[in-house]
Amino acid sequence: MMARSGPVLAVLGILLAVWYLAAVGMNAQWERDQAARAGTKVTWAEILPQTMAQARPVVPAPHQVAVALWDGLTAQAVTSKRSLVYHGYITLQATLVGFALGIVMGVALAVGIVQSRAMDLSVMPWAIISQTIPIVALAPMIVVVSGSIGIEGRLIPKGVISAYLSFFPVLVSMVKGLRSPDAMQVDQMATWSASAAQVFWKLRLPASMPYFFASLKVAIAASLVGAIVGELPTGAVEGLGARMLIGSQFGQPLIMWAALFAAALLAGVLILLVGQVERLARARMGVPA
Amino acid sequence: MIWIVAALAFWAAAWVANIRLANSGAVRTRAGRLAVPAIFGITVLVVWEGLVRGLGVPGVILPPPSVIWAKITTSLPTLWIDFLQTFVKGALSGFAIGCGAAVLTAIAIDRSQFLTRGLLPVGNFVAALPVVGIAPILVQWFGFDWQSKAAVVVAMVFFPVLVNMVAGLQASERMQRDLMATWGASYWQTLVKLRLPAAMPFLFNGLKIASTLALIGAIVAEFFGSPVMGMGFRISTEVGRLGLDMVWAEIAVAALAGSVFYGLIALTERAVTFWHPSQRTK
Amino acid sequence: MKDTTHIADPVIEARGLNLTFATDDGPVHALKDVSLTIEKGDFVSFIGPSGCGKTTFLRCVAALEHPTGGTLTVNGMTADEARLKRAYGFVFQAAGLYPWRTIAGNIRLPLEIMGFSRAEQDARVDRVLDLVELGGFGRKYPWQLSGGMQQRASIARALAFDADILLMDEPFGALDEIVRDRLNEELLGLWARTGKTIGFVTHSIPEAVYLSTKIVVMSPRPGRITDVIDSPLPRDRPLEIRDSQAFIEIAHRVREGLRAGHGDGI
Repeated sequence: MMARSGPVLAVLGILLAVWYLAAVGMNAQWERDQAARAGTKVTWAEILPQTMAQARPVVPAPHQVAVALWDGLTAQAVTSKRSLVYHGYITLQATLVGFALGIVMGVALAVGIVQSRAMDLSVMPWAIISQTIPIVALAPMIVVVSGSIGIEGRLIPKGVISAYLSFFPVLVSMVKGLRSPDAMQVDQMATWSASAAQVFWKLRLPASMPYFFASLKVAIAASLVGAIVGELPTGAVEGLGARMLIGSQFGQPLIMWAALFAAALLAGVLILLVGQVERLARARMGVPA
Repeated sequence: MIWIVAALAFWAAAWVANIRLANSGAVRTRAGRLAVPAIFGITVLVVWEGLVRGLGVPGVILPPPSVIWAKITTSLPTLWIDFLQTFVKGALSGFAIGCGAAVLTAIAIDRSQFLTRGLLPVGNFVAALPVVGIAPILVQWFGFDWQSKAAVVVAMVFFPVLVNMVAGLQASERMQRDLMATWGASYWQTLVKLRLPAAMPFLFNGLKIASTLALIGAIVAEFFGSPVMGMGFRISTEVGRLGLDMVWAEIAVAALAGSVFYGLIALTERAVTFWHPSQRTK
Repeated sequence: MKDTTHIADPVIEARGLNLTFATDDGPVHALKDVSLTIEKGDFVSFIGPSGCGKTTFLRCVAALEHPTGGTLTVNGMTADEARLKRAYGFVFQAAGLYPWRTIAGNIRLPLEIMGFSRAEQDARVDRVLDLVELGGFGRKYPWQLSGGMQQRASIARALAFDADILLMDEPFGALDEIVRDRLNEELLGLWARTGKTIGFVTHSIPEAVYLSTKIVVMSPRPGRITDVIDSPLPRDRPLEIRDSQAFIEIAHRVREGLRAGHGDGI
């Protein structure tokens, strides 16, 4: 653990340094323009601190984002429209709905594909093609259509988009997992005259569990992306994606960056939690860590 | 009513046909293996058409395939311009720049074991983030035209390809590198003759992921500002005007472009990594 | 062709070689006070249980590991210098051929790295393929060949650039007995024709006795030499020699050496 944190911290340090340089570099022009307008001259020593404290910077400095993030998370009432916790919660709802739906779809399709040759040949190619279709193109339409059928709010359409993105990793992993028992184990089942159902429940399904849990991390990340993508193109007012949109459209870059990092934080927490579930499941099933 | 019955009858017949086909010897031929998903796809279209007409679904909710096809054939010039703007100028250029930069960065970092060990966890994390969220920022920086779209694609594609390439460069076994040492090979000779070819399966894994991300990035970026052309632009404006047939037409073009792009990469992968067990087992 | 009176030039000379690894469970003495002289044209086998240092010693000669004490010279230079001068060819336990190159392409690989001309490369590839009886298989890919043939290709690759020394680390370990016998015979024939100095690590007593002019018996914890046996068997040996009295006596002596090494230092 120690040996790994050193390099990681070094890389993060380098990225942070590059970020600060970018902030100074990109914001300096505005400072010079301001000075020119006021008819004064500014030196680099004066520009430097000012580039890191602008109200509407082109590239906000890391500490500015950190402050905005802290403010959005802690300084607002949890239910107010300015609280990142509130918006995070909205996005989280859609993420979880999509995640659950994606798992159900992925597992159901995988079982069908493995048990039926017809489904294997007909559905699998289309499942692959489905991921080459940019779901984001369907996002505005799904939102509008669900509104006209009378579905309230954006939870369902965002959930659908999230499910679309998260079902595929689960599908691919489950198919691999259900097919993972080798010929020897399947033959063993045959010597006991096991029925197809018994082979499925007693051999294939347990064998697929490690693969299933491994895919959940990818699935939850994809689901979060789906939820945010669902908020972006349609003028939503709630959710982290909506916050990013509002920040950019109203010329408040700090709000946008804070929302982006809140989304990153949410992604990190979700992946960590799912990773813990995976570790527990593997321990219960006797898979070596 | 008749539409619904016809649609369901077609569905049943196609289902039986597919089951028969799948369990017969026909699947040993290439044609047989293509026929099954093709029948499935056609069935979906037929059922769609039948149910939409039969249930009287309004066109502003879901148009039937025949109407979409009509729209496609009458709007080819517009579709073509949108395709060029979004796919060729936005997605492809971003893909090329992003993947190229990622490969070069991976090779540069490879010289330092320390940096490589630090980069993999960070890169994996960033690759999982909703990078698409920075689209509005990039439109602000790079302007409305295709450059901002390419920039979004670069941002989305860079880390997944980087992580895969770094993993690929680590993939050659210790024994292989020892062998290179016994021949007195230099770092560059080892890189070009051993480690780069060995990294190719990993690189193509990353490229396939990148191809799906590229189109998403370009389209999303257009939602935030675009000259009056491009798939994302067309979709968002047509949705606003409830011209859903045009939206589906654009989606069909996007789907076609995405599939062909992915297919080309898969074909190239087969040619370059012909030696890998996954390409040899059937 | 080969002169039977071998020249007594030490080619590999080790004096008091020591190699200690620092591990989490304490220091591991992979090699302790190993002294050995290998002369030009010798076929030396190293035999012993796991952890006795036989592979480690070979890797030190190849400059793939570096000793923590003692001296080692190869062809009169340090092991690193010898490596850079391409003094030896190394054959590992697995063939390690690149699946994206043909057999000929694989054999050509070290020649490309060392800068031979294209014409030279072609000539050498043809020559060594014939030497290991794989003539005509140059265009095939490694996965199209059996395990035994792949290993022969790996040996051909080690011979292609005319190094005087051939170092082999359990090269036939993964093959079945029948193929192994055949390859042992071929290896002896190769040695007779080319006059190289060969260092050979093995787990198999019959293999060690059959192939070598000198057998080095080693034992673990710490890795050291227990016995060095100069083989009285003639250089020219058919497979039947394995049933002869002399052979059985040498094998017996090897076995005794192994057992003795096993008894102490536990």
